[in-house]
Amino acid sequence: MDEISQLRLRKAIQNGLPLTAQPYLTLANDLGLTEAQVMQTICDWQEDGLIKRLGLVVKHHSLGYKANAMVVWDIPDHKVDEVGDLLSLCDAVTLCYQRPRQLPEWNYNLFSMIHGQDRDTVLRQLADIVKDNGLSGFNRDVLFSYKLFKQCGGQYVQPTSTVGGVAL
Amino acid sequence: MNPLQQQLIDEYQKDLPVCSRPYLAMANRLGSTEQDVIHALEELKNSGALSRIGPVFNHKKAGASTLAAMAVPEDELAEVAERVNAFEGVNHNYAREHRFNLWFVVTAPDQDQLQASLKAIELSGGYKVMSLPMVKSHFIDLGFKVKWQ
Repeated sequence: MDEISQLRLRKAIQNGLPLTAQPYLTLANDLGLTEAQVMQTICDWQEDGLIKRLGLVVKHHSLGYKANAMVVWDIPDHKVDEVGDLLSLCDAVTLCYQRPRQLPEWNYNLFSMIHGQDRDTVLRQLADIVKDNGLSGFNRDVLFSYKLFKQCGGQYVQPTSTVGGVAL
Repeated sequence: MNPLQQQLIDEYQKDLPVCSRPYLAMANRLGSTEQDVIHALEELKNSGALSRIGPVFNHKKAGASTLAAMAVPEDELAEVAERVNAFEGVNHNYAREHRFNLWFVVTAPDQDQLQASLKAIELSGGYKVMSLPMVKSHFIDLGFKVKWQ
């Protein structure tokens, strides 16, 4: 499949598959491809890791997980991998990314997310994580969210994207 | 939330079948019908429980992305958030309890366009953007395990 068709397919699925009996055929018809091409390409993308997972993407808040805490940590560079791996194994942690510090304003280099029913639950889970993994010696901060302004899939291929001057 | 919807959330946050009739394949596995599965998914989507049924792309391979933050006076926050949201590359955008109180993810087809977006967001938003691109993921995204009440 050529590059333009690939990008068109990515754009078509980044906001979700159609809820028709044959969603891959629906996509194929919209894009002038065959159903087999669409299915093969999506399988290839899963295999090579472009797609991390394919399935239902939930909104935590609507499912009753009202408290969403971004817990940020200041971990010495030589320990950050180890601590990142520890955090990622904790049940309560739903994301764990290493990011650069931006000194002097931002000292934290490890980001983890905890979604919980309420604030107290999340703080309790965090206290357990700190205790169980011996993390009390590291500075951390907890940034609860208090308003959601936008939530959707990453728009990597954008409505205005072009390839060699060709609109998608 | 009915039992079929709970099952769908439990079983299909990953490995959605890639075959001609995926919702039929899911129905067969869950002891339901294709029509009921499609209807259940439609309802989940319309009720706001799902953002979508589809792919989660790998940030690093799909293009360029970053987590960005702004420190905005509280009384301007909603207005600035709206200006930030107007950019097509902005997906998640939350107010958080910190001096940096507006946190959003920006994606773009490539690094140059990402940097241009960040500049444009800074200009439009009116406050400096702190960009914290991912260095390394320590997490394998298998979906979210919901504890049903």
